[in-house]
Amino acid sequence: MKSQGAAAAATAGTGAVPATARGRRTGAPGGAGKRGDRGGARGTAGNGSNGQGPAGRRVRRQLVTSPWLFAAPGLAIVGVFILYPFVSTVVNSFTDKRQLIEGKYVGLANFRELLHDDMFWIGLRNSTLYVLVVVPALVVLPLLLALLVQKQIPGITFFRSAFYTPVVASIVVVGLIWVWMLDERGLVNAVLEAVGADKVGFLSDQWLLLFSAMAVTVWKGLGYYMIIYLAALANVPRELHEAAAVDGAGPVRRFLSVTVPAVRSTMVLVAALSSVAAFKVFSEVYLMAGPTGGPAGEDTTLVMLVQRTGTGLTGRVGYASAISVVIFVVTVALMLLVLRADRKEDA
Amino acid sequence: MAASRTTAGAPAPTEQRPARKGRTRVRDENGRRMPLWELILRYALLLGVLALMIGPFLWQLSTSLKGPHENIFSSPPSFLPSDPTLHNYTRVADTIPVWDYALNSLKVAAANVFTNCVGAALAGYALARLRYRGRKAATLVFILAMLVPVEGIIIAQFTTMRDLGLNNTLMGVLLPGCVSALNVLLMRNAFLNLPYEVEEAAFVDGANVWQRFFRIALPAVKGTLAVVAIFAFMGAWDDFLWPLIVLSDPDKFTLTIGLNYLHGTFANDERLVAAGTVIAVLPLIVLFACLQRYFFRGVGEGAVKG
Repeated sequence: MKSQGAAAAATAGTGAVPATARGRRTGAPGGAGKRGDRGGARGTAGNGSNGQGPAGRRVRRQLVTSPWLFAAPGLAIVGVFILYPFVSTVVNSFTDKRQLIEGKYVGLANFRELLHDDMFWIGLRNSTLYVLVVVPALVVLPLLLALLVQKQIPGITFFRSAFYTPVVASIVVVGLIWVWMLDERGLVNAVLEAVGADKVGFLSDQWLLLFSAMAVTVWKGLGYYMIIYLAALANVPRELHEAAAVDGAGPVRRFLSVTVPAVRSTMVLVAALSSVAAFKVFSEVYLMAGPTGGPAGEDTTLVMLVQRTGTGLTGRVGYASAISVVIFVVTVALMLLVLRADRKEDA
Repeated sequence: MAASRTTAGAPAPTEQRPARKGRTRVRDENGRRMPLWELILRYALLLGVLALMIGPFLWQLSTSLKGPHENIFSSPPSFLPSDPTLHNYTRVADTIPVWDYALNSLKVAAANVFTNCVGAALAGYALARLRYRGRKAATLVFILAMLVPVEGIIIAQFTTMRDLGLNNTLMGVLLPGCVSALNVLLMRNAFLNLPYEVEEAAFVDGANVWQRFFRIALPAVKGTLAVVAIFAFMGAWDDFLWPLIVLSDPDKFTLTIGLNYLHGTFANDERLVAAGTVIAVLPLIVLFACLQRYFFRGVGEGAVKG
């Protein structure tokens, strides 16, 4: 709702521009200047251009429309395909709209129905579990990996690039690779068998499937967050490590009392990014468990449920929108939770 | 942001080369000599992780090269195809129009690069440099758009697309992400980081806003523009959920949707699916190998904004 207001303000601004810009021409010098810290430089240059008279004025008249010309394509796309759908999702969640049938206002009926929908609770459970398992793994493991590739030993650039490769690959490719790896007769089971262990039905059991998908998410994300941590580690002062070493702290102790506090804000960032992404998981589970979400649909995630409910000729747009609204709310809550945890640790 | 580029992309300094001759002259960042056991331990761990991260790709490649008479289910598994063949790749092309799908993906990805570079550079410049009423509101629009979880609005996007008569077209696949808010804000930051004085001098010399944009500002942010281009290409090439929803006609499929279709229909033909995935992933791995530092830089910049 708020975003609609902002969009409206932006479009309303378009109309108002000529008048204000004309007003500004007679006003402060250097009207095109950036506001703020470079005030001094701007002032002198502005006076110079003022002295130029007609030419300067002509230049500035061109500035009247061009800002909006510049911003127009971006604003149009973002407005029509992101902000408008967002607002209409929220609006539709209070209607019984279907894919080809206009809906009418039904109040909170969709949300009341959610409370009694087993599939919704399964989706919420799975998406929440996804966050609980994937986020700690993606906060800790890439940090350890970054420590491993931090030292400039020969060939390290190759290793860094290799570890990043899963990030570059499409999630579809990654999903299908692991479907084959974890197949009843795939590589993982062949290796298990070769060492004398029993085969594991990774893709046939409800829980093993979900955890396999989580493992794939972690596997694909490791390289990405490793690079984020590498940048943070580069900023850890060496003196801290040296001082700790002199005081007789071992590697583990130094990791816990020097490295972790120094990269803590990055850990919060990674937690925020990965928790939002994990809650919205779709592709991994869709590919590994199938469009219907594994045995009896028990592996369905919330976004899968939105996709399944809202598409097709009879797609229940209103109901799917209500699930989407739950996703919005949880996403915002996750962000706030992570940020709040950050502040608490500060205190 | 810059730090991620330097740490990730920097090649090993030359002074460390002699370590290969068997003498441990590798030093850590404090100039402390690294003991041999630590070096061996590090390489052992690195190789272990390497097997975990690259192994699955190689196994997929190996499977795709194994002929119809070779047992792909053997235990212990055989990693090298005994009689490598490209037979499976021709079979993929016989089964689904894989090259058409690749072309569709390429069209969408190339268009996505173009629209994102142009749209984000223009809008970013407007937000960073041009003073006008409503600039703050415009910036807020992009920030809000960046925060909207795309997965939550796909149904409404689909409805919008249908109202525009664009569902089941490649244009429909392209449009929602063709100028992403994140890229606009990245470009805005890049322009804000440029010293303003140069443009001011040009302004004094009578250069108009287009001249200043094209001749002065744009050449100075080429690095960020490259990041935007690469992530736009990768995003479009790899995207799955949105094309899955908007495309229904198998003629119009992109590569990822085609692969999903191949997997759904021929799940038991592992060699075939493996060949399909290799076709889909190879272009990006080549692109990554050539342009690594921009990929790494993009992570840093994207994370700061994301």
